[in-house]
Amino acid sequence: MASGTELATEAAHHGPTPGEYIAHHLTFLNSSGEPQKELVNWGLVNVDTLFYAILLGVIGLFVLWRAASKATSGVPGRFQAAVEILVEMVADQAKGLIHSEESRRTVAPLALTVFVWIFLMNSMDFLPLDLLPRIWEGIYASAGHDPHHAYMRVVPTADINATLGMSISVLLVCLYYNVKIKGPGGWAHELISAPFGDKLILAPFNFAMNIVEFLAKTVSHGMRLFGNMFAGELIFMLIALMGAAWTGANLPSFLLAFGHIVAGFAWAVFHILVVTLQAFIFMMLTLVYIGQAHEGH
Amino acid sequence: MNLNATLIIQIVVFLTFVWFTKSFVWPPIVKALDERAKKIADGLAAAEKAKTDLANAEKKSIEELRSARESAAELRSGAEKQAAKLLEDARAEANRIIAAAREAAAGEADAAAQKAKDALRDQVAQLAVAGAERILRREINAQVHADLLANLKQELS
Repeated sequence: MASGTELATEAAHHGPTPGEYIAHHLTFLNSSGEPQKELVNWGLVNVDTLFYAILLGVIGLFVLWRAASKATSGVPGRFQAAVEILVEMVADQAKGLIHSEESRRTVAPLALTVFVWIFLMNSMDFLPLDLLPRIWEGIYASAGHDPHHAYMRVVPTADINATLGMSISVLLVCLYYNVKIKGPGGWAHELISAPFGDKLILAPFNFAMNIVEFLAKTVSHGMRLFGNMFAGELIFMLIALMGAAWTGANLPSFLLAFGHIVAGFAWAVFHILVVTLQAFIFMMLTLVYIGQAHEGH
Repeated sequence: MNLNATLIIQIVVFLTFVWFTKSFVWPPIVKALDERAKKIADGLAAAEKAKTDLANAEKKSIEELRSARESAAELRSGAEKQAAKLLEDARAEANRIIAAAREAAAGEADAAAQKAKDALRDQVAQLAVAGAERILRREINAQVHADLLANLKQELS
């Protein structure tokens, strides 16, 4: 949610077109300092994504750790009770989906991490759209660089790398539990015998089907979160453009600024739901996929 | 939508966070929750036990009260019986004492009457001797007539 006046001054001084404005806001600050041109480049790292992801993860876990280190089995304070509600929610979901007590000891904390971390990362959408990028622009410019190259994206979950990284982590955990629960031989047998049947002729189809299943699960898992957050961010940018169209004290400008406020408010309120829901869905799917790894076909 | 090494680092970061949560966040909270659940369960069980204990104690106290009342009644009736017996004994003793006293008094009276009779007999004998002396106007040798007098005395008794 950018403020209209902020953008108006920017428009007056530098005058980026709406396309330029959005492209600038959709460019990551990577380790090269230039926008990434290639579709895949393993030599680059998105500094902004990692910075905010790690910062938020550390803050979230620190808060949880504070609650945990002072946890008492007597009468809990409000803070502890709040964390307990969260933990109990995750523990209940894990109990329903994963039937191995021993696995739950690892998977339930994993689900809690997922939920808290993604919730915090998604919540970066609530900050004014231009707030942190503008601060970064100031720092960047004062360091003697071209402010047009001061890229910054503040929502880590709107970065496909972050969400796919997490969904691939979940895939790795699933593979680990597949091997652990069913044994290497048992899992290999399942890969070639399910879902069509345990016949030699069907083995290639079964195997292909399973590979597709793992791929589809992982990609959809990561893409769902990314798509939601990316779209949410993009819509905030489009809303911000309404205020950015300020040309002076005339009726269209007032109407657009008013539209900016109304639409920005409405979308932000709706986004509260999206942020929580997406974090919850990611956590639930994590539990579902790991739960599936525990069960034979 | 470009992929780069952020993905790899994100995996490492994610797994590190999971390790941290699993090691330092989850266990204390779950432990506190479990302990509290146990405490509450124990408290409820204790309350339930206290309730049954109270009911038992009430029942027992009623029982005690009744037995105490019974034993008191028993004691009272025993005491009454004892008292009656004591009274009876005392009465019997008194009767016995009275009878003995009466007997003794009767014996004494008989003895006194006998003594009085004896004394009277002596006096009568002496009076008879004195009368005879007067009649005979002469001295009677007491020694000569002692046998006579004794015979007379014997006759009078």
